[in-house]
Amino acid sequence: MLPLSSTLELSQAANLGLAVLLGFGFGFALERAGFGSARKLTAVFYFYDMAVVKVMFSAIVTAMAGLFLLSTAGVLDLAELYVEPTSYAGAIVGGLVFGVGFLVGGYCPGTSVAACATGRLDGFAFLAGMLGGVYLFAELLSGVDAWVRESAVGEITLPALTGLSMGWYVLLFIGILVAAGLAMRAAERRFAGLRPPG
Amino acid sequence: MNATIPAPIRPPAPPGTSAQPYWNPYAVGALLGLVLLASYLVAGRGLGATGAFSSVAAWIANAISPEHALANPVHARYLASGSPLTAWLVFLLIGAFAGAALSGWLAGRTRLTIEKGPRLSGGQRLATAAGGGIVAGIGAKIAMGCTSGQALTGGSILNVGSLVFMGSVFAAAYAAAWILRKEWL
Repeated sequence: MLPLSSTLELSQAANLGLAVLLGFGFGFALERAGFGSARKLTAVFYFYDMAVVKVMFSAIVTAMAGLFLLSTAGVLDLAELYVEPTSYAGAIVGGLVFGVGFLVGGYCPGTSVAACATGRLDGFAFLAGMLGGVYLFAELLSGVDAWVRESAVGEITLPALTGLSMGWYVLLFIGILVAAGLAMRAAERRFAGLRPPG
Repeated sequence: MNATIPAPIRPPAPPGTSAQPYWNPYAVGALLGLVLLASYLVAGRGLGATGAFSSVAAWIANAISPEHALANPVHARYLASGSPLTAWLVFLLIGAFAGAALSGWLAGRTRLTIEKGPRLSGGQRLATAAGGGIVAGIGAKIAMGCTSGQALTGGSILNVGSLVFMGSVFAAAYAAAWILRKEWL
């Protein structure tokens, strides 16, 4: 029965080795997508290259479909998977702040690692800034941390919230992906002129 | 390419050839989704990046003053005696660095350079990258996760908070992109 972590007690070394292996695939995929480049990442916000949305959306749909199929087949227990408790206030306020940092900084935390790994100096600057931001948050904003954690209302997923099973959401998300794919192709043509030279 | 970008430290590809194109975004997305799925299946949890930064920040605080670090509720969470999960994310990012390094190297994309909009100098771009990093770090802490731990990982399991986070991120980033368009266009 999956996940392995629920049935098998891995040694610390095996666990961390697994983390390195999964991270390797993570980083490899991010770089293959072009996400080691801040210009490629921020292009999504000017509509001339929508790769960020295409990659994220198809990754989410792929993993979601896999989770659904494996749990339906009875080999995966979804209840054993970690779900971060929802804080609406944290998600909204944090998301807005993070979005500004993403646009100005040109990276998100994971992609800045891919940028560093391919020699992008702005990736190193973002990485250092990110570390500084996290440090500052702990030192100066631990009150905000307590407030967000208190405002958390538990593990809420869309199927639990709406009573509609996960399979319907897989179909819905595939449908949205196809429609969005067509819309993004049109947007990329229309805004192609915004692509900066070089 | 751009004349202001420093010369490559070492030619990534033989002279006359250029960096390979990126893979098809939908194909890479499916690959990324399979990595995420594998993480769920073996570790019972998805991917994440912010937690690694939190761990390193806590380790630095601990190195400066263990009493101060343990008295801080945020740092203390990442110092909790040998909690393997916090170190797990650090190892995940070490792996990510190696994976991205190999991918970039194989495709001839590795070189010392600064990614920036055409109007910015290299120094200005380093400042916006560092400043944006600080803001993103604070935002990720408020949201208890970032594009990896919340958007990708939570999105795939239909976590409501993650989907709300994703909407907020894109709303703010699109608004900022319009206001600050001179940074990138």
